[in-house]
Amino acid sequence: MQLETTGVSLTSVTLFAPMVGFFILLFLTKLSDERIKWGALITSLMTLGFSILLLAQFKSDEIGLQSEHIAEWIPTFGIYYHVGIDGISIWLVMLTTFIMPLAILISFNMIHERIRLYYLFMLLIEFAMLGVFVAQDMFLFYVFWELTLVPMYFLIGIWGGDERRYAAVKFFLYTMAGSILMLLAILWLGNEAGTFDVKVITEMVQSGVLSFSTDTERLLFLGFFLAFAIKVPLWPLHSWLPDAHVQAPTAGSIILAGILLKLGTYGLIRFNLGFFPNASADFAPWIAALAVIGIIYGAWVAYAQTDVKKLVAYTSVSHLGFVVLGIFSLTSSGVQGAVLQMVNHGISTGGLFALVGILYDRRHTKAINAFGGIWKVMPLFSGIALVISLSSMGLPSMNGFVGEFTILLGSASSDVLNIWFTAVATLGVILAAVYTLFMFNKVFMGPLDKKENQELEDLTWSKNWTELGALVPLVIMIFVIGLYPSPFFELMDGSVGDLVNFVNSVAVAGK
Amino acid sequence: MEGFYSAVSLVVIVPLVGMLINLFFGKKLGEKGAGFIAVGASAFAFVIALTLWATLVNQDYAPAIVNAPLIHSWISVPSAGIDIPWQFRVDTLSVTMMLVVTGVGTLIHIYATGYMHGDERFPRFFVYMNLFLVFMLILVSGNNLLVMFVGWEGVGLCSFLLIGFWFDKPGKHPKEGTVGWSNSNAARKAFIVNRIGDFGLLMGIFLTFWTFGTLDYYKPNEVIHLHHDDAPPPVFAVEGLEAEGEHAEATVTEGEHGGAEAAHGESEIHGIFTQAELWFEEGNHHVKFGSIDLDFDVVITLITLFFLLGATGKSAQIPLFVWLPDAMAGPTPVSALIHAATMVTAGIYMMVRSNSFFYNADLTSFVVTIVGISTALAAGFMALGQWDIKKVLAYSTVSQLGFMVAAVGLGAYAAAMFHLVTHAFFKALLFLGSGSVIHAMEHGHHHAHEHGHGHDDEHDEHDEEHHDDHEFDPQDMRNMGGLAGKMRLTYITYLIGALALAGIFPLAGFWSKDEILADAFTIGFDEGELKGYLALAVLITAAAMTAFYTWRQICLVFYGKPRTAAAEHAPESVSAMTTPLAILAVGALLVGFMNVPNGIPLLGWLFEGIFGEHRFTLFLEESVIHAHAGDFNAVLALLATGIALGAMYAAHAIYGSKAMPMPMEKDPLEDGQFQPLFALSNAKLYWDEAYFKYIVYPFQGAARFLANTIDWDFWHNFVHDRIIGQGFQGAADVISQPIDRQVVDKGFMSLATGVLAAGSRLRKTQTGYVRTYALSLMMGALLVIVIILLPTLRDLLGI
Repeated sequence: MQLETTGVSLTSVTLFAPMVGFFILLFLTKLSDERIKWGALITSLMTLGFSILLLAQFKSDEIGLQSEHIAEWIPTFGIYYHVGIDGISIWLVMLTTFIMPLAILISFNMIHERIRLYYLFMLLIEFAMLGVFVAQDMFLFYVFWELTLVPMYFLIGIWGGDERRYAAVKFFLYTMAGSILMLLAILWLGNEAGTFDVKVITEMVQSGVLSFSTDTERLLFLGFFLAFAIKVPLWPLHSWLPDAHVQAPTAGSIILAGILLKLGTYGLIRFNLGFFPNASADFAPWIAALAVIGIIYGAWVAYAQTDVKKLVAYTSVSHLGFVVLGIFSLTSSGVQGAVLQMVNHGISTGGLFALVGILYDRRHTKAINAFGGIWKVMPLFSGIALVISLSSMGLPSMNGFVGEFTILLGSASSDVLNIWFTAVATLGVILAAVYTLFMFNKVFMGPLDKKENQELEDLTWSKNWTELGALVPLVIMIFVIGLYPSPFFELMDGSVGDLVNFVNSVAVAGK
Repeated sequence: MEGFYSAVSLVVIVPLVGMLINLFFGKKLGEKGAGFIAVGASAFAFVIALTLWATLVNQDYAPAIVNAPLIHSWISVPSAGIDIPWQFRVDTLSVTMMLVVTGVGTLIHIYATGYMHGDERFPRFFVYMNLFLVFMLILVSGNNLLVMFVGWEGVGLCSFLLIGFWFDKPGKHPKEGTVGWSNSNAARKAFIVNRIGDFGLLMGIFLTFWTFGTLDYYKPNEVIHLHHDDAPPPVFAVEGLEAEGEHAEATVTEGEHGGAEAAHGESEIHGIFTQAELWFEEGNHHVKFGSIDLDFDVVITLITLFFLLGATGKSAQIPLFVWLPDAMAGPTPVSALIHAATMVTAGIYMMVRSNSFFYNADLTSFVVTIVGISTALAAGFMALGQWDIKKVLAYSTVSQLGFMVAAVGLGAYAAAMFHLVTHAFFKALLFLGSGSVIHAMEHGHHHAHEHGHGHDDEHDEHDEEHHDDHEFDPQDMRNMGGLAGKMRLTYITYLIGALALAGIFPLAGFWSKDEILADAFTIGFDEGELKGYLALAVLITAAAMTAFYTWRQICLVFYGKPRTAAAEHAPESVSAMTTPLAILAVGALLVGFMNVPNGIPLLGWLFEGIFGEHRFTLFLEESVIHAHAGDFNAVLALLATGIALGAMYAAHAIYGSKAMPMPMEKDPLEDGQFQPLFALSNAKLYWDEAYFKYIVYPFQGAARFLANTIDWDFWHNFVHDRIIGQGFQGAADVISQPIDRQVVDKGFMSLATGVLAAGSRLRKTQTGYVRTYALSLMMGALLVIVIILLPTLRDLLGI
């Protein structure tokens, strides 16, 4: 199928902005370390600037793709370079461009080896992740999807902890295993549809031009689903996550938890819901069951951890369980809550990893028992940690609550899930308090009885502004989303409403 | 006047600004400045609350809904039909709460400037205190359940922060033997136990939204009108909604209040409470949840039971009360403000606010009554055998909250609110009084410590006391005694508070407690309901216990001779602390008169003539649809007072001036026939132990088992790394050992060094080399993809 090519759009500009910096850093080899850092930071800030423009010109009353750019790529196979954004992907683009400068900033004083290579990978991964979120061609999507693996593999493998090689390889192979199935599904689907274009296929599915037998639809669904579920990670496919997180450098963890995991949940919305409404409805209770188990399991297991970073890693299993539950409630409220919660989780868990990193940087340990009472010596740090922890445990008036509440409201009113899903998931709210307060209590409160902790330095603007510079925007966004999330919903309402209506009209109503 | 309604936003904003100023500039402002800002913010909020009250009176009690400035909608998801605005509600109920919170709050703020004097984190304390006011005022003034929930969890957070304010205070954990963790653990316990309640409230909110499609209490275009003389079910009308005219006996008045409501757009549905009333009136309404079809009565029963769970958390009822006694680890002003006067009453407020739900849910009302009376009894019993001056008050608070909850269960919403208000005064007074005592004991202890040996000839116990100096507990009543002579003002005000708590005529507690008892009597004997009989019997018993432990405390603290040097040297507190005590004492004397019942024999003409009958109830009725005035029951009042006096007499006989002359001496009840009962009370009925044994430890054990055995050893190490990982490795070795060695193993390090090496080499060579390298990198990546793709592509294309 032929697509009409278009001119360059702002989406493409945003997408390629990190690559400008990438190539500059690649070619200008005589740059000092300081300039490399600033170059990377400025590039990511520039990308943020473009994405803000993208957001500003986004029309919330229009359903469908905006700011599209279509160009020929591999015409023989009907593969196009097709990018664009809708109400869902815009927020993930914003999340990426918002988190990346902070991840780069916090690396300033944490990464001392192979600096140029490090920031090259940072920019490359930003490019790859943005690509995943804006790609509207399955093949393009796949290329970006795989491209995210490479820099993350190196980020863990080179700048990671003691067992970095093991963790990197495991991360790579585990996610690779899933994506091969996805590739098969993409090829099969492309063959059936005669095109790789996401927009065209969506339209074909919606109009009934393209339909599958039940078995075919289910197989295709599972092909995509497995890749995404590993990435999320949906329980019980989470085994790679603690390794990757514990070993990854701080910025690596921030990116991994903050953005990379959302590739999976984004894919679930875009492909599984968008292409396979019947299979989605059929599998929804099963997937939601895994999600709910993940919510409880992740929280419970997190509580028993002795390593702060591992604790935070397991909370992701719990939090992303909420997101998946929202998606497979197949309600507008659930999916919108899920999209917002992806952003929220990026902010709060990204923030938590930043905090752990800062602590590790000073104290060279992540063992919970090694701390205690550090509120006394690090009041500012502890105050920020309190805000981020509370955001993570979903305190109302902060961002996490809005997402969780909307998701649970969606799952409570879902036609495919009964009330028990919501009831058990809501229990996760209690468990979130249990592990979050356990962590906060043991690290920040109690007596300051260990000698090494008594000389910990608090955050300051004068001595090391990069830490505060990375944390303060997160704190601001926590309250912005928590107090006034309406604009966020407003922008995605059209796209999500459209998608959910479609899924429901085909699948749920058909039952 | 109408415009003043919108000042309700300021009630929240003013303390918020105060909090922000102290947060950012508190250190620079110093104690004086920070204290001034915090007290000023609180006092300003109080003035605004007064203005709102005046406006309400002026506007014939017409309620108003006011949008928050700047951010009108909070969670708004149009395609899902969700619209939850930041909206405040001004009506007699919310203004009552605002007045209590800001009024008592301001006094406690003033007191705290004295109490916290010299604390190194003085400004931070007031940040938390002002933040508490912000959330508490959001809680009581929100116009929908979710805004209330913001306050609900927010006050929980402040409670956590303030209980843990001295998070490193040395103190041994009685069982685990850990030092310095008791305050932090108490803070955490409070938050987590409250979260269990919040789970209930959240579930109730989900069900409510599911049932009504909104969370708003009332919509802006609804104004409730009451006919005071009508017996229940109450008649109410919906203004401005013609379609609903048939359902209710409409009294469609002209839109004179319309201007007061900053309307949030037109809405077709009613608020939840109006809708519930309409459906109840209509009868036989069903609610469809997907495939499930439920009777509306069942739904409301479920919702209210969930709400009750929320209330048991926040208002410290059985089974979730266990956090409140531990919460006394916080500074005493915190105990007074949060854990006695205001936050813990949120559950009662919430249930009274939802009286349209509770009134019509018979099963829930019964359960609420049972929860309330059993808590009142159990906590009253536990208060009998405590040594810690604040623990007695804590259990007393739990017990009194039980009275209020029982009143809600009995449908006596006005009585519950009345007791809430009077209790706020006298319990805040008692806590602040105990703070004054503790403060004095600490000072006395320091004084005695400095001049310790000089007094040896007077007090033999000095040596012994000096010996275990670090164990000295200024809160233990066994160390006190005879303080009446040392701290005159504290003593007198404490006595007033104690008498009010014991329910002695004509102090505040007498009127409010009596109203609850009278309602229980009416429901039992006039309407023949089981819960009425039960409540009456149990609450009178609990009231007797109240009188007993209150007088025991007075005896141990103030009467007799000083048992320690600390008590001997205890000075009266500073005026910043005693002035609030005096004002609260006046309150404890007088607030009861705001709701004098009718039909008082002998002196009735006096009270009714001066104060008017049921003033407070009538005020509340304007917003609490099912509030009603109870009749005075002279026999009951005499009986209750007689029992209370008897209990006090008994306490005086046991603990009076002669008992326990030595510090840390055994309680007279510790030996003899009451020994088992006393031990049971002293051990708090082993409630905590049971929770640890049957819930906490199993939960922790399961967590460790899940994390270590299931997740790590089995799933991570065995299944993944052993079976999958090594299996893969083995297969790969067989197939591609040569490639593996070269590519995978050395792969990333060599590639990484390669890039860098290329970079350094490039400094010497020309840039053309880079392009080649970049290109080869790209080609390599593409090659990998093609290799993966090839087999499938071949199949697909039939090559």
